[in-house]
Amino acid sequence: MAEKTYTAGVKDYRKSYWTPDYVPLDTDLLACFKIVTQAGVPHEEAAAAVAAESSTGTWTTVWTDLLTDMDYYKGRAYRIEQVPGDNTAFYAFVAYPIDLFEEGSVVNVLTSLVGNVFGFKAIRSLRLEDIRFPIAYVKTCGGPPNGIQMERDRLNKYGRPFLGCTIKPKLGLSAKNYGRAVYECLRGGLDFTKDDENINSQPFMRWNHRFEFVMEAVHKAEAETGERKGHYLNVTAPTVEEMYKRAEFAKSLGAPIIMHDYLTGGFTANTSLANWCRDNGILLHIHRAMHAVLDRNPYHGIHFRVLTKCLRLSGGDHLHSGTVVGKLEGDREATLGWIDIMRESFIPENRSRGIFFDQDWGAMPGVMPVASGGIHVWHMPALVAIFGDDACLQFGGGTLGHPWGNAAGATANRVALEACVEARNSGRQVEREGKEILTEAAQSSPELKIAMETWKEIKFEFDVVDKLDVQKRA
Amino acid sequence: MPEVQPYKATERKGETFSYLPPLSPEKVRKQIAYLVAQGWSPSVEHTEPEKAFSRYWYMWKLPFFGETSIEKVLAEIDACHRANPGHHVRLVGYDNYAQSLGTAFIVHRAGR
Repeated sequence: MAEKTYTAGVKDYRKSYWTPDYVPLDTDLLACFKIVTQAGVPHEEAAAAVAAESSTGTWTTVWTDLLTDMDYYKGRAYRIEQVPGDNTAFYAFVAYPIDLFEEGSVVNVLTSLVGNVFGFKAIRSLRLEDIRFPIAYVKTCGGPPNGIQMERDRLNKYGRPFLGCTIKPKLGLSAKNYGRAVYECLRGGLDFTKDDENINSQPFMRWNHRFEFVMEAVHKAEAETGERKGHYLNVTAPTVEEMYKRAEFAKSLGAPIIMHDYLTGGFTANTSLANWCRDNGILLHIHRAMHAVLDRNPYHGIHFRVLTKCLRLSGGDHLHSGTVVGKLEGDREATLGWIDIMRESFIPENRSRGIFFDQDWGAMPGVMPVASGGIHVWHMPALVAIFGDDACLQFGGGTLGHPWGNAAGATANRVALEACVEARNSGRQVEREGKEILTEAAQSSPELKIAMETWKEIKFEFDVVDKLDVQKRA
Repeated sequence: MPEVQPYKATERKGETFSYLPPLSPEKVRKQIAYLVAQGWSPSVEHTEPEKAFSRYWYMWKLPFFGETSIEKVLAEIDACHRANPGHHVRLVGYDNYAQSLGTAFIVHRAGR
């Protein structure tokens, strides 16, 4: 409620910012925070404080508040809920009017929502669990420069996931030796190879040398196999000027796809690069180095589903999603949740997958999830079942570590992939019958047979640290 | 661990399923059943092998919109193959919702 007289001093946040009767507007940006308060701070007050500090409020009353219509601009905490199975934390739902944010600026949204408020003293820990971007805001963002459908048409690949591989060792190869590793993977049957995220332009291999040799490898493999290929040329750079320079050179060599690290590079650079890719008809692969710093702690930070939404708005055609089954963290239901956020047009609220709000993307293109990290041929049936066709499955060690080399490793993965897709389409349960499907396929592929003998014992069975919040069974 | 085996000279491939042995008629039948069960429209395309890299192959007639009979789709594939013996023949499934192809794979490879 607006006050028409000015009284200096500190006032409870909940007087202005806790509005349990508020019905959010379709144009509001909604956020769900998980909050743990300091002892003695009431939940309503903490929720209101988060709403205030992430929108119009500051710690004390100021006279200039009265010069504007604060009721129009303020964020409102409109609901609190207990976190299932956890009596230390609660969820606070906050509605922000759309005019608090610059159009088309993920940067501006994050600066408000995960800005100063995260250091706020009354709160022990704070996590941004989800954001509902209203369609009116989505329409102001560029989004993926190409999208899944355009990627399939450019690469001429239908009815199956894409197959990729990160070139290793990730640091230290010369440009020519690196190009050799790329060529062997692609001629053996992969669709893509990838620069490791650590590869930018170090003394052992400058970026322009890498680009030249890699593109010779891509073109030769395309000519020989008759299939379209690509390599994610990493244009992540110390400055945006340098980033553009590398992107332009990649284009001049005929590269179909380039790569960027969106968190370390930053959202401003990422959005600009996405715009450049849209203008130039080049696919954009997005790596997510630094995400685990932000998203792994269940009580503090930003959930990956939020980082996923921000990337889809900022722009990228691929985004690493985790594998569920490999060496890196990732709960299955939660992963399915953010895969939907990447690919679908409308995602309904679904708490069993950690999705707190309906999200409507309208006509914004989808992002291709990339499953990468510690996976090999034995994981293929599960990966096909989990991800379906619109995904890129990347086997680094699982290709390069093949006893006969990269080309054989690539063939093993390609045969395994096609066998699983063929079996799925024929009505078989690929996850349950995975062993039989791969064993049958290996009868006509010595490369697959050896791969299956090499890796059969490797498993990653640590429990995940960041689990979905669910009621624990008694 | 067996000895390292040399990898063969790169073979020309043809995208989806081209790393598997040629699909038996029974397996092709199952793929058609899957295609029509997805609600996609079957379509048959063919090309001279030397032009296979292009995204655009010759269409055999028009896409068979609404066709769900596996037998009829097979008959069109065979008719295309008989009329163009030196060509690759592939089956594609138009997905009008995604405005893309749900699948595309070679059924008859020239020279096999």
